Amino acid sequence: MLSYFLRRLLMAIPVMFFVAVFVFLLLRLTPGDPAQAIAGDQATPAQLQQIRESLGLNEPLSVQFVTWIGRMAHGDFGVSLISQQPVLKMIGQRIGPTVALALVAMGLTVLISLPMGVLAAWRHGGLTDRAVMAFSVIGFSVPVFVIGYVLIGVFAVNLKWFPVQGYKPLADGIGPFAHRIFLPGLALASIYIALVSRMTRASMLEVLREDYVRTARAKGLPEIVVLFRHALRNAAIPILTVVGTGFAMMISGVVVTETVFNIPGLGRLVVDAVLARDYPLIQAIILLTAGTYVLINLLIDLSYALTDPRIRFQ
Amino acid sequence: MSLTTSAPESPRRRLMDAPPHWTTVLASVVLIAIVLMALFAPVIANFEPTSLNAMKRLKPADATYWMGTDSYGRDLFSRVVYGARVSLMVGAGVALGSIVIGLPLGLLAGWFRGLDAVLMRMMDGLMAIPGILLAIAIVALTNAGLTTVVIAIMLPEIPQVVRLVRSRVLATRSETFVDAAVLLGTAPLRLIWRHLLPSTLAPLIVQGTYIYAAAILTEAALSFLGVGIGTETPSWGNIMAEGRLYFAMNPWLVFWPAIVLSLCILSINLLGDALRDRLDPKMKGRSA
Repeated sequence: MLSYFLRRLLMAIPVMFFVAVFVFLLLRLTPGDPAQAIAGDQATPAQLQQIRESLGLNEPLSVQFVTWIGRMAHGDFGVSLISQQPVLKMIGQRIGPTVALALVAMGLTVLISLPMGVLAAWRHGGLTDRAVMAFSVIGFSVPVFVIGYVLIGVFAVNLKWFPVQGYKPLADGIGPFAHRIFLPGLALASIYIALVSRMTRASMLEVLREDYVRTARAKGLPEIVVLFRHALRNAAIPILTVVGTGFAMMISGVVVTETVFNIPGLGRLVVDAVLARDYPLIQAIILLTAGTYVLINLLIDLSYALTDPRIRFQ
Repeated sequence: MSLTTSAPESPRRRLMDAPPHWTTVLASVVLIAIVLMALFAPVIANFEPTSLNAMKRLKPADATYWMGTDSYGRDLFSRVVYGARVSLMVGAGVALGSIVIGLPLGLLAGWFRGLDAVLMRMMDGLMAIPGILLAIAIVALTNAGLTTVVIAIMLPEIPQVVRLVRSRVLATRSETFVDAAVLLGTAPLRLIWRHLLPSTLAPLIVQGTYIYAAAILTEAALSFLGVGIGTETPSWGNIMAEGRLYFAMNPWLVFWPAIVLSLCILSINLLGDALRDRLDPKMKGRSA
């Protein structure tokens, strides 16, 4: 188990290295001079030169890269070009709403899509099955922001059940928090629900043909126990995989959802950072999300090893 | 015709041997209609998509303005018709581009094991960066032309293609006919071209349809965030992005393009599913 863990951990290092290279090159090789962006259009060549000097932009790319990696290894992600604040501090101020939104969406996804997928597989070919599949195909076909606007139009503007926009942290009480985060959470979860229910159904169909399911039924267990304890558990691995790879999709959704619902999270920060060409901030946010993606997929791989002993000895 | 019937395993035979599901027929009709709409946009549209009319701002739909007018008094229907051009082109560019780049990389990674480890870690790295962040960064740091948008959306899709092709090659390389070709001394590139490439094509076409659909959605999201193609060239995405500013006054500025876009994506996805079921009978009913 430990050696499996270490091997997986070692594989994550080159992945993160390539992420760092991509991010570094992306920002250095695109046209647009960061010095110009900081100094503004009125800057003299001397001022530009001074800014380049202080940021190390005159060094060869390889030197810049090594210096950059070295600083990050010490926890120094740099200072925002625009606000002059440490990048990590700015991210820290904005990460709360984003994490809350992602967790709510994830929770809604599990609550809605697992029963949906299980039900569809159980009633394979029936009306429920077709309804779930239709929902899932439609969920893939409508942009997240349109779903957001439909939800706002119906539940906030017409029915007035929820506020139109805005965000309150959990610290302000569970009521106001839940009231404001439910619609954005649902909008963000929609595509994820489509994905996970589809995968749950496919994986359950496979498992429901197995002998142990027949045995469980034959010994008179209630159908719900057969479905959720015996079948769903064994169907879990492909579902978990989709949850992990779908995380990147969720991040994309977060950026859009935060804009629709006016939530002051990381998504808005990254759009603002890119429009202002705030290089250190863009780099830090992309590295952070990529790191989270790698970490989540690492944890999911480890959870396979915990649930399925065969994987440990590969 | 006799050629196809004498080869019962050929994909073409499988494509033809049962009548299509009604959703497939409907999806094809919708998609053909949208493609025709894009091709014959100047004939179908009542107005120039960019002609302003300050007197007719934010009009509701009527007999002249079938979907109403936007905040500049431009005819929404005409803009949606022309918008099909950009959206379909972005989809095609991204799907073709990611296959043209991903296919050779996947073939090489699957066959040359030494290359595989490095290339796949690179692909993992590219996959770890959320596609929309990468796309926003590329578009915003360069300029928002059609080519830039296509490249920005295409880059995050490449790893998907590479992984798919590689997995097909890994499955095929243990087949006897590959061993035979190796023993006959076939040169690696010729072997890849003649013996490994064909097995990747069917799943690749299916994947291509999904990438096509996803690309149109991503273009819409980029436009929505304000980093897409400029509004002088209407795309479904930037029509919605403009419309959302007036959402409270007239939500149809968002909903009309959204409906057409969603129908288009839905049709492409349904056709992709149908194609997958036909080309790979093992998958039938499992995730369709």
